[in-house]
Amino acid sequence: MTGFDDMGAEIFREEASELLQSIEKGLMDLEANPEDTEIINSVFRSMHTIKGSGAMFGFTELSHFVHEFETAFDDLRNGRATVSKELIGLSLQACDQIGKLMEAAEGTGDENNRILASLRQLLHPGSESVQDDVQVDPVPDVAQDAEQAPSGDITTVIRFWLGADAIRLGNNPALLIDELRAFGDTKVRALDDRVPTLGDLDPTDCLVGWEVEIAANLSDDDIDMVFLFVRDEMDLTVERRGAKPLPTEKTAPVEEAATPVATKPESKQPTSKPQAPATPTAGETMRVATERLDELMDRVGELVIAEARLQALTGASGDPAMLSVAEDIQRLIAGLRDATMSMRMVPIGSILGRFRRLMRDLSSSLNKPLEFVTVGEDTELDKTVIELLADPLVHILRNSVDHGLETPEDRLAAGKPEMGTIELGARYSGAEVLITVRDDGRGLNPQKIREKAISKGLMTEKDDLSDSEIFRMIFQPGFSTVDKVTELSGRGVGMDVVMRTIASLRGEIDLTSEPGHGTTLTLRLPLTLAIIDGMLIDVGGERYTIPLAAVEECVELPATHAVGTGGSSYLNIRGELVPFLRLRHLFEIDGEAPEFQKVVVVSSAGGRVGLVVDRIIGNYQTVIKQLSQFHAELKFFSGATILGDGTVALILDATQLVALGREVEMRARREAAA
Amino acid sequence: MKNNAHTDILTFRLGTEKLALPAEYLREILEMVPITRVPQSGRFATGLINVRGVVVPLADLRVALRIPRSPATQDTRILVLDVRIGDEKSTVAILADQVEEVTTMKTAEIEDVPPVGSPWPPEFVRGISQLKGAFVMFPDLDTIFKTYSAANAANEKVAA
Repeated sequence: MTGFDDMGAEIFREEASELLQSIEKGLMDLEANPEDTEIINSVFRSMHTIKGSGAMFGFTELSHFVHEFETAFDDLRNGRATVSKELIGLSLQACDQIGKLMEAAEGTGDENNRILASLRQLLHPGSESVQDDVQVDPVPDVAQDAEQAPSGDITTVIRFWLGADAIRLGNNPALLIDELRAFGDTKVRALDDRVPTLGDLDPTDCLVGWEVEIAANLSDDDIDMVFLFVRDEMDLTVERRGAKPLPTEKTAPVEEAATPVATKPESKQPTSKPQAPATPTAGETMRVATERLDELMDRVGELVIAEARLQALTGASGDPAMLSVAEDIQRLIAGLRDATMSMRMVPIGSILGRFRRLMRDLSSSLNKPLEFVTVGEDTELDKTVIELLADPLVHILRNSVDHGLETPEDRLAAGKPEMGTIELGARYSGAEVLITVRDDGRGLNPQKIREKAISKGLMTEKDDLSDSEIFRMIFQPGFSTVDKVTELSGRGVGMDVVMRTIASLRGEIDLTSEPGHGTTLTLRLPLTLAIIDGMLIDVGGERYTIPLAAVEECVELPATHAVGTGGSSYLNIRGELVPFLRLRHLFEIDGEAPEFQKVVVVSSAGGRVGLVVDRIIGNYQTVIKQLSQFHAELKFFSGATILGDGTVALILDATQLVALGREVEMRARREAAA
Repeated sequence: MKNNAHTDILTFRLGTEKLALPAEYLREILEMVPITRVPQSGRFATGLINVRGVVVPLADLRVALRIPRSPATQDTRILVLDVRIGDEKSTVAILADQVEEVTTMKTAEIEDVPPVGSPWPPEFVRGISQLKGAFVMFPDLDTIFKTYSAANAANEKVAA
């Protein structure tokens, strides 16, 4: 039982934190469009779901808190209150509180009350009546008659029987009744007419019904909200008694209900929204544990390798029937691979909500008005990558606001608009995804960084580094440009941590900055961690794979360039000068180059570059295997792969190869000078 | 207690030296397989091999222990080992000129290396012992692998 509870609580936390994010997002959208009832309703629905499932998994205090929060928010929905900056701020605090309650099931009551009291104060200035009597009683004696007689003009009488399975499924009738109590004075009576004789009784069935008399006129919507989670299984009748005969007993036949007399309310008001998130249609989405997806990915990876072996064998056999089957299998596996990979892809927009919240908080706590712009929210990345990216991005964004943007006064003095702009963008580029964080702040000061780096012993006075090399100093461990450690940045983690995380994802960081105009930081990340299309090439009998997405074209190496070593050599491709690198030289491969060498032109971070190879073998699907710690520093290999014949081939990273080329050249020059 | 503790070891040859390693490190012994050279990788872990679909780095202990190298022969084997590099579990393969036997010996019989007169870098040797009248050296695999993975990183930085 404990196991189930724990698991349930875990699932609830996971689901609730997603809902919480959507509430936060909604609140911030609401700040921009205060009139949008669609947003208010969606926030309301998310709250309701948290409340409902929270109660189901024993998060009583949380559920109670959300209930109160929801009640306050209801005024917004009914138009009795309007959206204000304070309200949004307070609501965001409430969201944080919900997050805390999710972790620690109890013990934060004071904070709860403080937030709720402020919310009520804001929504109903003057009215101090804090209705704290709606305490959730763990085991309320629901069958007992409740206090006073109804006092209002109209009394709503609700009779309901939950399905026989209700208790077994984790529903708690007491909570439903408590929700009804929130509407006004209630009288509750147990209905035992469906309870059979003892001989036929299954004690785990929920056969008792309840009649709840509420001294208020509840709309169908209100009732729907209360019974949102149990409606499908239950019998429900609603009757309104009062001065005037209202359209009472709206009855509609229930399709699969157990008893023919059962009815349930059908909300007909046009304002009622379909409650999609609460009751998602089965089959639209489903949750799958990440490990299972990983396992699937591994299997598909192995399948891809086995398929490459099959191709090699059938190719050798030359049997046309075999070849056609092998081709079919190849096509099917390609489809399977794409489908598997797309399962893991998540739009980057899914984490942007968090950042909007962060920027809002930063802006107000640092007193720097700013506009946060996001571009390319639908750019998709592997879920693992996205999750690992969240923390580095938080750090980068903090840095941009804290160090990048000037104070409003400084901005005005510099002739810039008072409001700063931070842009977070994502886009595809070849086999990579580029994520950029751009600010229009003061830019990096190379002189200041230089001094700092020297004082920290990261470089010496004599080192003559270019600006971009100096900028890279901020990624060194133990470097921090701001002398005073603010609350936001400088928590002991620096950009070096960001660098390490990105490197572990086989990514790269580029940094450009223009004094007075801002800084742009670009993260270059591989699109996928697992399988790529690769072009297999041969140099001096060794085989290497180049990611096909990086390949632009292949040309012959002109005979005039046939011999030579590294050096700065250029090819003229249709009037464009393309520098090229000889892999034979870079990889120190002995032996004569063949007569006709090929040049594979690839896109790298610094533009097009040609790689001179002996032979192009063909295109293969390739499963990327990470290199061990012995070779992790060889960045020009992004990994290794197993070929159809069982041998291992290294995968080349074009951008890093260019760096290696430069390094080899410099080494050669130093040796020549010595 | 300590005197009676036994340990299973695998003995093998590198050049003229006889070496031993705890049998629990050993995952499997392979005949020679195609080795993919890793350019610019220094001298210690110069290759990659495919062990049942896993890409495993192939290292040469002779480089660390300063044992002269000789080309592979019919007797050359690849030992696939489960080791720790720093804090991470890892699979590494090493070359052996000849694999001899799996045997049991008392841990008490493994002695420290004499501070002088040892032809090997002392930090890479855990101890020596005698087995059937011959000296057996126990290389300190953890230290060797850790040093070379770190050294690799350091070399790169120097070169950059």
